[in-house]
Amino acid sequence: MQFLSYLISGISLGSVYALIALGYTMVYGIAKMLNFAHGDVIMIGSYLIFFTFGSFGWNPVLAILLSMAVCTVLGVVIEAVAYRPLREAPSLAVLITAIGVSYLLQQVAQLMWTSNAKSFPSVVAGLAPIQLFGGQLTISVETVVTILACLVIMAALTLFVNHTTPGHAMLAVSEDRGAAQLMGVNVNATISLTFAIGSALAAVAGALLCSTYPTLSPTTGAMPGIKAFVAAVFGGIGSIPGAFVGGILLGIIENLSKAYISTQLSDAIVFLVLIVVLVVKPTGLLGKKVNVKV
Amino acid sequence: MGEMLCVKNINVFYGSIHAIRDVSFHVDEGEIVTLIGANGAGKTTTMHAISGLLRVRSGEISYCGQLISKMEAHKIIRLGLAQVPEGRRVFSGLTVQQNLQMGAYTRKDGKDSIQNDFDMVYDLLPRLKERRNQPAGTLSGGEQQMLAIGRALMCKPRMLLLDEPSMGLSPLLVKEIFKIIRDVNRNGVTVLLVEQNAKMALEIANRAYVLETGAIKMEGEATELANNIEVRKAYLGAQ
Repeated sequence: MQFLSYLISGISLGSVYALIALGYTMVYGIAKMLNFAHGDVIMIGSYLIFFTFGSFGWNPVLAILLSMAVCTVLGVVIEAVAYRPLREAPSLAVLITAIGVSYLLQQVAQLMWTSNAKSFPSVVAGLAPIQLFGGQLTISVETVVTILACLVIMAALTLFVNHTTPGHAMLAVSEDRGAAQLMGVNVNATISLTFAIGSALAAVAGALLCSTYPTLSPTTGAMPGIKAFVAAVFGGIGSIPGAFVGGILLGIIENLSKAYISTQLSDAIVFLVLIVVLVVKPTGLLGKKVNVKV
Repeated sequence: MGEMLCVKNINVFYGSIHAIRDVSFHVDEGEIVTLIGANGAGKTTTMHAISGLLRVRSGEISYCGQLISKMEAHKIIRLGLAQVPEGRRVFSGLTVQQNLQMGAYTRKDGKDSIQNDFDMVYDLLPRLKERRNQPAGTLSGGEQQMLAIGRALMCKPRMLLLDEPSMGLSPLLVKEIFKIIRDVNRNGVTVLLVEQNAKMALEIANRAYVLETGAIKMEGEATELANNIEVRKAYLGAQ
């Protein structure tokens, strides 16, 4: 029963990683870059919810929607200002810029809201936990909501990408940017859309993450951001189902190693798993083999 | 029969490399014009400059009287100028049907009219119909070339740019592809064809230009060039 409880909270943590990993993986697939500022967008979104819901007492749904809207704008602006001018630049330049944007967001947050950690109020507070097996297994509402939110978002995103015109444009750009342009796809608009979706999901992930782990500081987004990146690589970067599978597995591995091996070593174990996966299967679990044409 | 595409004194650079030097040519409505030349002569570069994937440093390209050399690629296609790129570049993860749908990406004229064109393309290229639900990556080279042509036709182009459609195909398939190009032209689509296979290209073209190291070396009626001694030596394997 204990194991089941660890497993379920692992899936819940993994759901958050999966939501963040979607942002990494979609941006990588379509813009061919790693947006290391993604984790910090989560932090900004969480602060917004902290103020609107926590301090001003807004309706939690309204608070999350506002946070999603602001993060969407933030993501699109970051892309337009920092990454778009570097579209033809070497990928290393883009990578370094992304790290720069990440630090910028953290420092701005620190200036505005100080580095003191804030206690984040759960967005589903007040709902009673769910008791199963005659009270032997208790699952918090946060856990259930997180897992459900992740499943719904995954399903919606899969439908969007596979069955709508903008979704097809995203697939086309991720396969061959030049050929997509020849079909009439506006590549810049498609990349903006990708950043918008990824950042909106980051806002949701932030709300769920901080509801389960209620400390909020300017560096809150950094570690989950890195872990979600690991999850995306683990599942095969560029693949949407890969981000889902990678995220959930990573959450389970992290939680079980915390429970049965060592709390301090759990992060090391997570990264060790990444290294092993990359050695055995460099494209990740669901990644596609990249055929380089000569 | 007016002038459809006009390329005037264009220069294209890759960094400091001067790839295209003062190239000028034109294509009239209803024609098949071919641009022949060896590897590295600048054929694909010229094509990319027309479709907007590359910027010209100087010179002008106009299409149907409209200046397009400063226009973005995704807007140029909306004018009815479609390109079948070198190496086919079909979306290998999408099915044949989805690839054709991507071809119709710019169209706003309703489902029925698009469905008509699906029927037209499947009629012209029956092999694609058999494989409509197969991922494009699993098609043979010839089928992929047909798909690339069909995909370009789905946007209802008035003019088609074809870049090396015969590349890597068996002689039999090359014949088939060239027959398709002629059919497309007969249906009223103007064609600019870039080819290394000069023999086949000169057979179906009205007029031709010979491109060498980034500049136009010769031009004329296709039959005339096919009999020209220099062209025969350099491109048609005559002794």
